[in-house]
Amino acid sequence: MKVKVLYFARLRELFNLESEVLEFPGEQVYAAAVIDFLRKRGEPWATELGLDAGNRMAVNQTLAGIVTPVKDGDEVAIFPPVTGG
Amino acid sequence: MKILVSESDFDAGTEISALHAGQPRVGAVASFVGLVRDLNEGSDVTTLTLEHYPAMTAKSLQAIVDEAAKRWLLLDVTVIHRVGRLLPMDRIVFVGVASMHRSDAFVACEFIMDYLKTRAPFWKKEGTPDGNRWVEARLSDEKAADRWHPVDVAAAE
Repeated sequence: MKVKVLYFARLRELFNLESEVLEFPGEQVYAAAVIDFLRKRGEPWATELGLDAGNRMAVNQTLAGIVTPVKDGDEVAIFPPVTGG
Repeated sequence: MKILVSESDFDAGTEISALHAGQPRVGAVASFVGLVRDLNEGSDVTTLTLEHYPAMTAKSLQAIVDEAAKRWLLLDVTVIHRVGRLLPMDRIVFVGVASMHRSDAFVACEFIMDYLKTRAPFWKKEGTPDGNRWVEARLSDEKAADRWHPVDVAAAE
C-alpha cells in the first residue's frame, strides 16, 4: 500500500520536504506505523516525531491520532500545533 | 454559509450586512475580527506569513461551523481567514454569526474562534528584526477550546 505524507510549517522546513510517498506491506496500518517508519530514519526525524514532541497528525484532512487506520491511497499530514486566527 | 480562505482583505461591514440581508428572522449578528499585532513575545513583528494546508483548511472550518450549528440556533455563518504575507494592523480573520437572539450569536462566534485557533490548519511565521520565527501554539488557546468539549474527562472520573 502507498501513502502520501505531507509536512507543514516548521517540520516542512526542518525536513526540507513538502511531501513524499511511502510504501507499506499489507492493506492497512495504524498511523503510528507511519510515524515509527519515519523516526527510524534518525535525526532530526527521531526527535521531531517523538511522542512528546507535540506535533499533530491528520489522515485524509481530518485530525487523527496514532491509532487512526491508514489505507492505500490515504493522505497523512504531520504538522506542529496550529496557530491560525 | 460562507467559508473563504483567501490572500485578499475583507470588509467586515459588507460581511455583516450580507449575514442579515433579506432575512427578517435575524435578530442578532455577532462578529469577530482578528488583526496582526506589531508585538509578540517581546519582539517587534514586521511581517506575518500564514501557511495553511489547502486540502484540509475549508474542510476543517466547515466541520467547526457544523459543530456550532448543532449546539446553537444559527441562521447564517461567515468565516474568512487570510493566508500569505500580512503586515501589522492587517485583518487576519473574520467570524460572523447571525441568529434570532444575541446569546446564540455571541456564544457561537466565540466557540468558532476558539476551535479555529486549535483545529484549523494554519501556521503563522513572524518576521522580526532578529529574523523569522514560527509562532508557538499557546496553552491558553488550548484551554479556551477545552471549555467547549461536551464531556470533561477529568470531571467524569
